[in-house]
Amino acid sequence: MSSVTIRHVHKRYEDFHAVKGVSLEIKDKEFVVLVGPSGCGKTTTLRMVAGLETISEGDIMIGNKIVNQLPPMDRDIAMVFQNYALYPHMTVYDNMAFGLKMRKFDKAEIAKRVNNAADILDIKDHLGRKPRMLSGGQRQRVALGRAIVRNPQVFLFDEPLSNLDAKLRVQMRVEIKKLHQRLATTSIYVTHDQVEAMTLGDRVVVMKDGLIQQVGEPLELYNRPANKYVAGFIGSPAMNFADTMIEEAGGAVYATNPTMKIRVPEQIAARMGPHKGKPATLGIRPEDLRMANGTDPEDLSFEAVVEVAEQLGSEIILDLKAGGSAMVASVEPTVRVKPQQKIRLAINPAGLRFFDATTEAAI
Amino acid sequence: MATAAIPVPEGTIIVGKPKWRPLEGEGNLAMLLLLPTVALLMMFIAYPFVRGILLAVTNSKVGQMGEFVGFENFARLLKDPIFHAVVYNTFLYTFVTTIFKLILGLWLALLLNRDFKFKAFTRAFILLPFIVPTVLACFAWKWMFDPTFSVLNWMLFKLGIVAAGAGVNWLGDGDMAMLSIMIVNIWRGVPFFAISLMAGLQTISPDLGEAAAIDGAKPWQRFWYITWPLLMPVTMVVMLFSVIQTFSDFQIVYVMTGGGPANATHLFATYAYQLGVGTGLLSQGAAVSLAMFPLLFGIVIFQLMYIRRVETR
Repeated sequence: MSSVTIRHVHKRYEDFHAVKGVSLEIKDKEFVVLVGPSGCGKTTTLRMVAGLETISEGDIMIGNKIVNQLPPMDRDIAMVFQNYALYPHMTVYDNMAFGLKMRKFDKAEIAKRVNNAADILDIKDHLGRKPRMLSGGQRQRVALGRAIVRNPQVFLFDEPLSNLDAKLRVQMRVEIKKLHQRLATTSIYVTHDQVEAMTLGDRVVVMKDGLIQQVGEPLELYNRPANKYVAGFIGSPAMNFADTMIEEAGGAVYATNPTMKIRVPEQIAARMGPHKGKPATLGIRPEDLRMANGTDPEDLSFEAVVEVAEQLGSEIILDLKAGGSAMVASVEPTVRVKPQQKIRLAINPAGLRFFDATTEAAI
Repeated sequence: MATAAIPVPEGTIIVGKPKWRPLEGEGNLAMLLLLPTVALLMMFIAYPFVRGILLAVTNSKVGQMGEFVGFENFARLLKDPIFHAVVYNTFLYTFVTTIFKLILGLWLALLLNRDFKFKAFTRAFILLPFIVPTVLACFAWKWMFDPTFSVLNWMLFKLGIVAAGAGVNWLGDGDMAMLSIMIVNIWRGVPFFAISLMAGLQTISPDLGEAAAIDGAKPWQRFWYITWPLLMPVTMVVMLFSVIQTFSDFQIVYVMTGGGPANATHLFATYAYQLGVGTGLLSQGAAVSLAMFPLLFGIVIFQLMYIRRVETR
């Protein structure tokens, strides 16, 4: 088991700068998730750690060794691929044993380790089968088994659940979490699914355009997004944004646009100094909106028109139009609204976030 | 299931009446659609084949219908020393060239499957020997193998390997002639192997090689344990085609040596042609080419069984 250190790493292809100076410290036994849209450099970063891509600039350390020049086989890592990458001509047993055979373990030790891994992953009954006779979930278990038999210093996961259907994905997510709790091996996990990132990661790294946007524990990213991109990426349904002007009136600070005049909470207003009189983006999560009743103050609510109401049982997702901008609100399942109905929504002031209109950094 | 008449509700109007539509029946339509193929196969495969068998059991010559003589032609072949040489030559020729075509083709395929500049161009370029009309290419080779004007001998001389005027007698010596036509066959066959095997390589996910690299397999182990077994079905099909082609090869030998010197390079096809058309002994030529059939049939059956086994693994 080991820590992983990524220092100012760049990856340049002939006509594309895929990773633009990523630095990251991954502690021993930590589970770190790299998340971002496709093309953000997360997989390239992972492949550089694996040794499958050369490093254009910077250093990658596993433990206390700089591994830039080490071939993958000497890095003592295991990787789980998106499409499983199981050897189709070998049985499940041989797939899991292959890495140990290549490293010249003796037969008894191989059998012991493979059977042990098969036990953990509940694939004992399939050891004699070929991968194509297995379901997607079973194949991914075999791929996990192939990774754990070698007892490596670091696990690398490259979108391992993307090829599974939604239900199985949730199930395997739990399995991977359990596996990490049991083995406590340092893990780097790449995904484009923010739910996977939030549920699996001890820490989550949000990436975009080859750069790290924010690193933090899941709740930290949710509660204190560093910029508008992270705010919009983390959370489902995504945070609502509205373009406003910051204005001071009667000792209070307001964010205004033609359909809303929202009072900025005290502690944020204190930081608004340089932004007064300038545009800023207001952000509010759907779960921080609710149907207004008569007692809600004018300056913490706004009017909107219902477009679609999606009843989910535990909540209703309202797709709304507030002035020019589309909004989503998550409200009580007992609320009854009709399309085109005009409603008033109240804002939970603790959920209000503001972002600089040009730099998009959080205020 | 009982097909009790379903009562038609009062007031329902039945429109249209059943028409006679013979092509709506699956069987009739299938027959009709198969007809052109069957006709072509009968005309170009079945008829010549049967005609060949009929010829082989007569003593027909050019200009003479001939009479039924049973297996006399085949009995004669068994005692014919040239035919013995032909059988030996054909097996040797097929075996040696196929081995080399496989090794060189696989090597080229592995190289071409890498990423490099001008990849598409090089891949197309590799196909050249396969595209050039064989007969034309063979004339060029014949010129290169010419005893006096041989460019190969000139190179060997310049390199100091042979003395002036003591060049290799490429096509004049029996063994050398065999070697020469093998070289030409390999030259012509390698592109087919290379391109087909490369296509096979491209169906193997690069992830597997990467997974194996992480699993600790060195490059040759990755080839031996991953690439080679996964390429096997394609390899076997390519080998099958190549063996059939090579076993019945005609053009190269006909142009380069005509079967000579002293019948040293005759294969089934060239000997059959020489006997049947060259000498006019149609029935004996037919017997030679027919003798190829059970041998080739055996090889093909063996390979097909092997392919099936590999594919169902």
